[in-house]
Amino acid sequence: MERNKMSYKVSQFLMFAGPASILFLGTVIIPFIYGLYLTFTSWDGVSKAKPFVGLTNYMAAFADAPYWQALGRTVVYSIFSVLFINIVAFLLAYMVTSGVKGQNFFRAGFFIPNLIGGIVLGYVWKFVFNRAFVAIAESISGGTAPSLLSTTNGAMFCLILVSVWQYAGYMMLIYVAGFMSVPESLKEAAMIDGCNTFQATMNVTIPLMRASFVQCIFLSITRCFMVYDLNLSLTKGEPFNSSVMAAMHVYNQAFTYKNYGTGQAEALILFVVCAIIGVTQVYIGKKGEVAA
Amino acid sequence: MEEKRTAGSGLSRALMMIVLIIFFLAFVLPFVLVIINVFKTKGDINSAPLALIGSHGFILSNFPEAMKKMDFWRVFGNSTIITTCSTILTILVSCMAAFVIVRNNKWKACALLFSAMIASMVIPFQVLMVPLVSVYGGLFGVLNHRLTLILLHTGFSVSMATFMFHGAIHTNIPLELEEAAYIDGCTRWQTFWKIVFPLLKPTVATVAIIDAMAFWNDYLLPSLVLQKKELYTIPIATQAFYGTYSTDIGLVMAALLLAMLPILILYLFLQKYIVKGVTSGAVKG
Repeated sequence: MERNKMSYKVSQFLMFAGPASILFLGTVIIPFIYGLYLTFTSWDGVSKAKPFVGLTNYMAAFADAPYWQALGRTVVYSIFSVLFINIVAFLLAYMVTSGVKGQNFFRAGFFIPNLIGGIVLGYVWKFVFNRAFVAIAESISGGTAPSLLSTTNGAMFCLILVSVWQYAGYMMLIYVAGFMSVPESLKEAAMIDGCNTFQATMNVTIPLMRASFVQCIFLSITRCFMVYDLNLSLTKGEPFNSSVMAAMHVYNQAFTYKNYGTGQAEALILFVVCAIIGVTQVYIGKKGEVAA
Repeated sequence: MEEKRTAGSGLSRALMMIVLIIFFLAFVLPFVLVIINVFKTKGDINSAPLALIGSHGFILSNFPEAMKKMDFWRVFGNSTIITTCSTILTILVSCMAAFVIVRNNKWKACALLFSAMIASMVIPFQVLMVPLVSVYGGLFGVLNHRLTLILLHTGFSVSMATFMFHGAIHTNIPLELEEAAYIDGCTRWQTFWKIVFPLLKPTVATVAIIDAMAFWNDYLLPSLVLQKKELYTIPIATQAFYGTYSTDIGLVMAALLLAMLPILILYLFLQKYIVKGVTSGAVKG
């Protein structure tokens, strides 16, 4: 009776979901809509005036060659990182669920890089690449050796290597959960039917771990695609802006060069890419549920 | 829970162990390098970064100097306050929201809020940073307050947390339990806090671990909100320190180790819970 009244509904909703709604609206929804509006203005970041300029910012974004180079570079970086993150993570998960001694110790150890933020990790690795690896190279060659970070391809390689190092332990935990969710009896049945361990893993365990694969691959895609902290501390976009990833380009465009409108338009293009990735994940995930 | 897979012969097992040890050494190598160099002078690091002990011997002076220059205790305090408050606030507002969303899923406001939260998870932070600075910096002028950062942190993590609490309430809390409480005279507010919330402990732990780690390590949002030196968190202070003292590599080593130590020490004690929390969070999310 009383529970169907509008006032009851409103007060209950506000009591329980009010704080969450306000914070969510204030930090995500309103800035998102306001950001859309900003892309149609030429705001300079300081003045109150936000002159309406139509599609100029989008034209500028489409004509911004460094942006598209950064985006292309991010795609290349993401492909390699995602591939190696998942290969390493899967192998580690396979090994730490195989019953070897100290597997919990290894699991805990491989996870350590995830505890520390990209900024600190980047500086740690910068030291490793610039000093330790250089010292090793110099002792081998006998002369002076350049740091990997000082060349274009080297910097890219370093970013991929550190990303794999950073995320493999995390993805490993998801694969471990996947391995543990496959009942041992299924694999035993396959072995009785004549499969060897490798065949049983390939044909029984892996297909049943589909959800883990979808999860890990998409998680690593989004993480890598939006890389910023590591990019900032490890390479800072150097040498010669050749390792600037998309997120860093957007940051520089907006906050360093003060082209807020263009920067925001470029950020929205990133959002479209993320949305496509997200929708694809949901679609692939759903498809798997039906088939299973 | 402990699985024992029969993985082939003793030979393949030994091989696996060797591969695991090699990977493990590669995983800890950067940390080891920082630790051995933190006790050397600048000159020793430059001349022999791989040596265990520098030619000037084992020195401790890098630590106090880096601590002073980084203003470590203040920075550590800032990070602790911000992380703790944001985590608690996130948990409180999200579990309440999830409760009303699950139990009153027919209400339009609930359905709308929940769909908006789910959809918002694909929005990258880069899309929101310019408008955030514009609104909260330009319009309201509330940057450079810890509270602003706490509320923004909470706002960003509330959708994911609500989603996780939604799943937990939906599958784990029987409606009969709440009905029994209503019959006994509890209001809805009391029922939630006295009956439902205590049963959500495992999810609270998961959300707390995931969000606390994310807040502690976050760099981009805090760097936009907190631009005054006395408000810096650990990641911002590390970045600023590196910018100023990058040539004084001994100090940098000490600062990096200081930045990593709190969470590593915590991991030493809470390792089991952290691994469990992260796994269940990742698998559910």
